[in-house]
Amino acid sequence: MTALPEATDRKLGLVIDLDTCVGCQACVTACKGWNDQGGGLSDQDPYGADPSGTFLNRVHSYQVAVPDTPPQIVNFPRSCLHCEDAPCVTVCPTGASYKRTEDGIVLVNPDTCIGCGLCAWACPYGARELDAEQGVMKKCTLCVDRIYNESLPETDREPACVRTCPTNARHFGDFSDPDSKVSRLVAERGGYDLMPDMGTKPTNKYLPPRKKGPGEASLLAPLLDIKATGVAGWLDKMLGKLPG
Amino acid sequence: MNPAPSVILFSTLSGLGFGLLAFLGAGVLVPSGWTAFFLWGLAYGLAVAGLLAATFHLGNPKNGLKAFSQWRTSWLSREAWASVGTLLLLAPVALSDWLGLGLPRAFGWVGAALALGTVFTTGMIYAQIKAVPRWHHWLTPVMFLTFALAGGALLAGSALAPLALVAAGGVLLALWRVGDRAFARAGQTMGTATGLDRIGTPWVFEPAHTAGNYLLREMIHVVGRKHAQKLRWIALVLASVLPAFALLLPLGWPGVALAAVLHLAGTLAARWLFFAEAEHVVGLYYGARG
Repeated sequence: MTALPEATDRKLGLVIDLDTCVGCQACVTACKGWNDQGGGLSDQDPYGADPSGTFLNRVHSYQVAVPDTPPQIVNFPRSCLHCEDAPCVTVCPTGASYKRTEDGIVLVNPDTCIGCGLCAWACPYGARELDAEQGVMKKCTLCVDRIYNESLPETDREPACVRTCPTNARHFGDFSDPDSKVSRLVAERGGYDLMPDMGTKPTNKYLPPRKKGPGEASLLAPLLDIKATGVAGWLDKMLGKLPG
Repeated sequence: MNPAPSVILFSTLSGLGFGLLAFLGAGVLVPSGWTAFFLWGLAYGLAVAGLLAATFHLGNPKNGLKAFSQWRTSWLSREAWASVGTLLLLAPVALSDWLGLGLPRAFGWVGAALALGTVFTTGMIYAQIKAVPRWHHWLTPVMFLTFALAGGALLAGSALAPLALVAAGGVLLALWRVGDRAFARAGQTMGTATGLDRIGTPWVFEPAHTAGNYLLREMIHVVGRKHAQKLRWIALVLASVLPAFALLLPLGWPGVALAAVLHLAGTLAARWLFFAEAEHVVGLYYGARG
């Protein structure tokens, strides 16, 4: 049944630090690379004029007008938030979409998915993409085939996006443990939910960009204050007197 | 949302079909002989054609039978049960009308209720989706039900048909009025979608990808919105006003046929708008609003 579990034993998920993300897209590439095995994530016309493909992680870039400081660029990775009240799970007519009781990971079983797309409609975050070649829904698995994989070295037993991030902007852990690294980060840095009013209770949290000071004046500023002398100075004075 | 022909045809044809099944089942009109064969055949034909069109929307229809498994949580699964249940339950009633077997009408009443239940589940599939504020309203299933009733009354030749058609037009107007403010009422902006409203006002600096993807094609569809106002008039006049007039004129069965064709065209336009005008909150990440 695609009823949501009453409670999950653990709440595995990600913390994404918008302060340190540099928008390098390495997590997008690592995600695509790891998840391209098995059924894979198909691309259509990848080297042609109109390329398109299935991705489980996308990185947007926003410019933010911040009061009293210069505008900021914020890079924003977007993937499945493994919600506690995942609307994508309950709408599924076949039971292909489900949330695991043991760790809270939301998965799709491609063997029972009919590709109706209703789960993608139900998700406010655009976390699900229908694979155009296989006709079934794809989504972030939190690299369930890495995190428990004992044939991998222990350092690699985390999602590919987290493992690859060069600035440590992504953290993986258990939110049900208040002492876990992810829980502490959320408490210390004011981690928040995306669109909380949608009632999805996301597991993944985002850390806001740290407050920046007022913009520093350019080092060249004194050089820009040019005082004209001589003929140029006279011209400057005369022209300044003309109306308009 | 992408106004895919498969879903528009599905909801229009099956709505009409289940509406007529409800009227025939309830015995508002009790045809006999070949009239019964034709009318029941029309109702079954429309309902089944609609359901077949819906399967073209599936990426992987070979698992279709599994859609019956999640009736406890999924409106789509409930729709599967309700639709098949209606078609099976009303089959003996249809045979009885055609061949004059005299089956008690109680069978028909249950079937009629289930037919309307099917239309209700169709409406709830859309109304349950909070991420599409325009659909997330009780008027959505009401609209699907009034259209099914109006179309059914029209095809069944009920005297109430002109009234039902006008009512459908009224619900359409109400749905547009409520729907136009729905996105703003949901209160979601690029700021809440990214949480960046905490520090300031965001706007798109660079898209996440330069080419298209499933999300853009399926949920951030913008085609034809600039003609929405004109299409609304076309939908209202064709689906409600003109067929109601056509039924009031003393034209006999050609009048009914004319009204049915007009109503079908208007309903298709209204359904196209139902999808094309619906905005999904995921568009906020792509700068679709503000």
